[in-house]
Amino acid sequence: MFVTILFVVFALIALGCAIGVVISRNPVHSALWLVGTLLAIAGFFVLQKAYLLSAVQVIVYASAIVVLFLFVIMLLGVDREESLGDPLRIQRPLAIGLGLIGFVLLVGIMGNRWATGAETATGPLRGEAGGNVEHVARALFTTYLWPFELTSALLVVGVVGGVALARRSNADEEEAA
Amino acid sequence: MTPTATWYLVVAALLFSIGGVGMLVRRNVIVMFMCVELMLNAVNLSFVAFSTQLDDVGGQVSVFFVLVVAAAEVAIGLALIVAVFRRRRSGATADDIAELRG
Amino acid sequence: MNPLAAARITTPGVDWLSIAPVAILGLTAVVIVLARSLIRKRPAAYPVAMAITVLGLGLAALALLAQWRRFRVDGPYQSLSGMVAVDGFAAFIGLVVVFATAMAVLLASRYLIRERLDGPEYLTLMLLSSAGMVAMASANDLITVFVALEIVSIPLYVLAAFDRRRNASLEAGLKYFLLGAFASAVFLYGVALTYGATGSTNLTLIARFLADNTLLDGGALLVGLALMLVGLGFKVAAAPFQMWTPDVYEGAPTPVTAFMASATKAAAFAALLRLLYTGLGSSSADWRPIIWGLAVLSLLVGSIGAVVQTDVKRMLAYSSINHAGFILIGVEAASDRGLASSLTYLAIYAFLALGSFAVVGLVTGRGDADSALSRFRGLTQRRPALAYAFVLLLLAQAGVPLTAGFVAKFRVFAAAVAGESYLLALIGMLTAAIAAFVYLRIVLTMFLPVEEGEAAPPAPVRADPGTTIVIAVACALTVIVGVAPAALVHVAERATLLFRG
Repeated sequence: MFVTILFVVFALIALGCAIGVVISRNPVHSALWLVGTLLAIAGFFVLQKAYLLSAVQVIVYASAIVVLFLFVIMLLGVDREESLGDPLRIQRPLAIGLGLIGFVLLVGIMGNRWATGAETATGPLRGEAGGNVEHVARALFTTYLWPFELTSALLVVGVVGGVALARRSNADEEEAA
Repeated sequence: MTPTATWYLVVAALLFSIGGVGMLVRRNVIVMFMCVELMLNAVNLSFVAFSTQLDDVGGQVSVFFVLVVAAAEVAIGLALIVAVFRRRRSGATADDIAELRG
Repeated sequence: MNPLAAARITTPGVDWLSIAPVAILGLTAVVIVLARSLIRKRPAAYPVAMAITVLGLGLAALALLAQWRRFRVDGPYQSLSGMVAVDGFAAFIGLVVVFATAMAVLLASRYLIRERLDGPEYLTLMLLSSAGMVAMASANDLITVFVALEIVSIPLYVLAAFDRRRNASLEAGLKYFLLGAFASAVFLYGVALTYGATGSTNLTLIARFLADNTLLDGGALLVGLALMLVGLGFKVAAAPFQMWTPDVYEGAPTPVTAFMASATKAAAFAALLRLLYTGLGSSSADWRPIIWGLAVLSLLVGSIGAVVQTDVKRMLAYSSINHAGFILIGVEAASDRGLASSLTYLAIYAFLALGSFAVVGLVTGRGDADSALSRFRGLTQRRPALAYAFVLLLLAQAGVPLTAGFVAKFRVFAAAVAGESYLLALIGMLTAAIAAFVYLRIVLTMFLPVEEGEAAPPAPVRADPGTTIVIAVACALTVIVGVAPAALVHVAERATLLFRG
């Protein structure tokens, strides 16, 4: 019962804050609503005993990524109110219609049977010695070793790409000189 | 009555739809990008729910990869946004980049 | 029990040959970053980076050939806990990608100096993107596909925006980024639903599960499949997910456009083909109608969209959507023959696109100023060699016999007819005729003399050695493959056989 109450609370926070992200006129408010959703998701992870992920979710997502968003909003000075009166009037009803259809399809087609797959294909989550961290680590460094190594390339891309975009280019320097 | 995997999956589907609609409705590039983050979080929630339901660790590991990719995407995406809007002071809406319209 | 002993993890044995091509490309990129930081004098860094790039691409190609040799003897196999599939398919696409990257690097060699862009960073990003493509071709797990897809895409967002002085380039990068991130999220949701429906992200395990079980309620798998196709549809520029293509192809620096049209298309199709043929091969009745719809829409949107354009880069962008439709015809056949025809088409389109965009890059001139059709007027008189090379490449894209384009289209249609998709083949031929009109329009414009009293369009920039090589290689391959297609077709068929095991 206690878990059910917590689930309902987290669900309300997650969905309410998500709607807040979409309808806030001010981007700063959107970012703050986003934090609410991210924290509620971390709560869901705890309810499902994915303790490591919930910690990572709070540290990486709710803090690092949102701070980056806020930083950029402040840097650009675009924290002005934006009118939601859209120049493309057709777009909004279209989007909401599409969203509704998509959701009805997602829920409707699938009915009650979502998780139909084979159990424990990669490795067990419960019932073995060691905690959540150990289970995840074991899978990460055995079955998922190759994508894990590939992410290093992703990080190099992040660094080089960021530098290439942010630095003053050769031509700018020549113009300044 | 305890929440089953289906409950989580319905919340995730709703969250994904909200993110998708927001992506289409909003014109502010930074908010559009936040909506993508909402969609990625919905995916993470689904992965964990499936993982619990199937008693399989694969879903939880997948969330890690989503997190890493999201971090790299945010770094590059925000650098791009800064590079575009530093050149003009008008504000970061998609209408400002409407020069290219197909 | 000793807690430390319990925590010991035995990592899987690594088969180095299976990851050598990706590792070589990735390490080359890192070496360039190192060299760039160690070399004091800025102008000297670029030639060094270029030399390292060429070396790395050469080594990667050798590694791919070594893979090919090995499984011609041992047969296809998997390594790293089933994450990497080493087979003819992966090596074939890998070689196409490495070839296209090498050509794109040649195209950029002079362009970067001319436009005063940061050469080493450009080369680093291009190599990392190409490493992701090679990884994607051999990825046998949906999570690996996803990570590889991002390694391909994120550098491309930066490369599209690389010419930061031009707004068009920056905006192309931003637009590509927003839609690309959206597409990735959709693809990933599809992965999650497929994982729920089958219990694994590994394509081999998915196939085994679907072979052993009958899903009473296959809704989750079906929606997952559809969402993954939407995500990959964005990356291969298939309609109705093509809206970014004309803008991004037009705004991005021309060598980047050439790279996106050739290599990215090949890699994204590799992921699509492996997903459909290996993972979901048993449920082809589910995905064939979806692919049919995507193919028809791409064919129509690509050909009809191109007719109304007045900008050559945009015309070629729409034509690339049209070509994606033709490749999807081969995918739709759901047979070994269809697979081989798609591979052949991808290889042929790679060099046609590279050659065509190389010509466009010269005509648009400094700063990618203007690629309007009017700039091509009278090109046969002013620059006959360039103009006739372009005529050859355009005729090949239209599918004129005795050119490579005819071979590509013929194989695809043959596969469709063998798979009894007559209507699809018919629509394909119809749109080929519409697209031919577009190519002829460009050709005729080039033959049209500049009238007296009219200002002549600005002259194309002088061809540099790199671009000349690319155009020459593309034209030579167009003729060679067109006249004697047996070798390429044979290799593509071998690749399919090795894929099947």
